[in-house]
Amino acid sequence: MCQDTGYAVIFLELGQDVRIEGGDLYEAITEGVRKGYTEGYLRKSIVSHPLERKNTGDNTPPVIHTTIVPGENLRIVVAPKGGGSENMSAIKMMKPADGVEGVKDFVLEVAKNAGPNPCPPVIFGVGIGGTMEKAALLAKEALLREIGEKNEDPNMAALEDELLEKINNLGIGPQGLGGRTFALAVHIKTYAAHIASLPVAVNINCHAARHKEIVF
Amino acid sequence: MTQIRLTTPLTDEDVEKLRIGQQVLINGVIYTGRDAAHKRMVDLIKAGKENELPFDPKGQIIYYVGPSPTKPGKVVGSCGPTTSYRMDPYAPELYKLGLKVSIGKGKRSPEVIEAMKKYKGVYVAAIGGAAALIAKSIKSAKVIAYPDLGAEAVHEFVVEDFPVVVVNDTLGGDLYQEGIKIYAVK
Ligand code: SF4
Repeated sequence: MCQDTGYAVIFLELGQDVRIEGGDLYEAITEGVRKGYTEGYLRKSIVSHPLERKNTGDNTPPVIHTTIVPGENLRIVVAPKGGGSENMSAIKMMKPADGVEGVKDFVLEVAKNAGPNPCPPVIFGVGIGGTMEKAALLAKEALLREIGEKNEDPNMAALEDELLEKINNLGIGPQGLGGRTFALAVHIKTYAAHIASLPVAVNINCHAARHKEIVF
Repeated sequence: MTQIRLTTPLTDEDVEKLRIGQQVLINGVIYTGRDAAHKRMVDLIKAGKENELPFDPKGQIIYYVGPSPTKPGKVVGSCGPTTSYRMDPYAPELYKLGLKVSIGKGKRSPEVIEAMKKYKGVYVAAIGGAAALIAKSIKSAKVIAYPDLGAEAVHEFVVEDFPVVVVNDTLGGDLYQEGIKIYAVK
């Protein structure tokens, strides 16, 4: 579909009863990415150093997020992420007094600022709470939720609906050429926050939302 | 909607008659370049070595794209536009040398819009993410410079009815701003 086949972002859920023998799990995943991008004719979009910028030639390394969960399965979610929409994402450390209105204003500001750049229609992943890096991760995880699947928290589900309407009312539209469908969905994920903080991260995913998972 | 056909190389008159919102079908030779290639080209220009550029920008079109690898039996891989603002620091230099059109997606800086007014150039958008479809209008492709850059190498494409929309014209018009005005709910 899109030529930007992304940064290979991998979510690993390792059941605590699983024992992986021999070798190096991360090296194995890296090898999988190398093979997938080479044999699958996917674009090699990764440079080894952010300032020296030399292409690694095989789209490695991946970004791997691991969580340990109960059970005896290993779940691997592959979520390649394009640069155009990633670049329009943002994080802000707000103060508790900013509250829900502050969160809405920030999300709308990110949407306006993004405009045509992230190949709309897009999906908004919004992470609220935690620490700075936690909020960013929540935002990315929120993008994994299937479009159409409702947020379990009714307050957050209502906030998602409200934000979706407000974002689309900006008039940016598909491809930013004007219209009423800029976003297909807004997905929020929250976590406990410090008494002093209200971190908010917005991660945008373009319509090339490619996710695949496998469970062993 | 009326569609306009353009065939490269282009003259000032070809682009001066274009207006924002018009659909254009591009034909002929176009060149690709994105971040790293632009940096090299503009470094050459700044060093006074225009003659070493991979192509003479005069009357030409540059497409901001890094194609995916070509599958056996295909002309080119997936081939959609990349976000243009990253080329904003370099674009005025190329328009100054006679570049007529850049193809990408997303907003341009006031400096680039000014350069297009001054040097008679336009900016057009291809559909972001529709890369496999766009590749169908590319009839031949070859790398002409900087193969070490991988996907970022400069390619020469021959295109047939490659579809784009005019976003910024030589009058300084901006479709991204005008489009939003029509649809925004006050
Ligand atoms: S933002 Fe998405 S659809 Fe657009 S070029 Fe990047 S990966 Fe492709």
